[in-house]
Amino acid sequence: MRRRSIVPFFWILFSAGGVVAAFLIPIHLLLFGLAFPLGWLDPPSHQKLLALARLPLVRLYLFVLCSLPLFHWAHRFRYTLYDGLQVRHLNELIVLGTYGGATVGTLVAAYLLWSL
Amino acid sequence: MIERPSYTEFHPRWHRTRVSTYWWLERWRYVKFILRELTSIFVALFVVMTLLQIRALAHGPQTYQAFQERLANPLVLVLNTVGLLFVLFHTITWFNLTPKAMAIRVGGKRIPDVLLTAPNYVAWVVVSGVVAWIVMEG
Repeated sequence: MRRRSIVPFFWILFSAGGVVAAFLIPIHLLLFGLAFPLGWLDPPSHQKLLALARLPLVRLYLFVLCSLPLFHWAHRFRYTLYDGLQVRHLNELIVLGTYGGATVGTLVAAYLLWSL
Repeated sequence: MIERPSYTEFHPRWHRTRVSTYWWLERWRYVKFILRELTSIFVALFVVMTLLQIRALAHGPQTYQAFQERLANPLVLVLNTVGLLFVLFHTITWFNLTPKAMAIRVGGKRIPDVLLTAPNYVAWVVVSGVVAWIVMEG
């Protein structure tokens, strides 16, 4: 039997992460990265935000928001390194750095959200 | 024991013309392609920021306050502004790819691209509004 390629699996993660990043990251970055620090809008209090983040559905949402875009980054950045810098000979190292990094990030997200 | 030869994914060619590392600077289309690919770095940076924020949130009000002050640092603000521009570029290029990913035909004709991209933008505005409302009012 022919071994199935793992490439489509990573491509689905890339694609799902691309959708999540496209729809959700701009508003999150606009609010937490600019609007709140610059005082355009009043930031929610620590207590309120913590209560919100602790809701099971919000934990799940935050997990998806962190994990899938990391795999999107891994896939895209991997090929950027190949195309942009022509470093295909470093394949193993790059695969480890990108998908490995995304996996570590996912585990960190799971731990942080679980123990929140 | 037979030693297995190592195969490359590609057919080996003896002669290859060397492509410059800076090939993508030759045309604006290529630069745009590389810029689009580089949006992924800012996507990853956003996740790192969010993870640090969740950690600070868990540590208590004082740690969270210190984290917020760090976000107000001019350097971080510049980084986040650049990051937002790159992420917006990702959103726009991603949405505009939809017609290429799904070529829907009605009555033998491909439906116009705008009918596939426009709903993305509408949904994006709605989703962003809902997220903002939950964060502010939650």
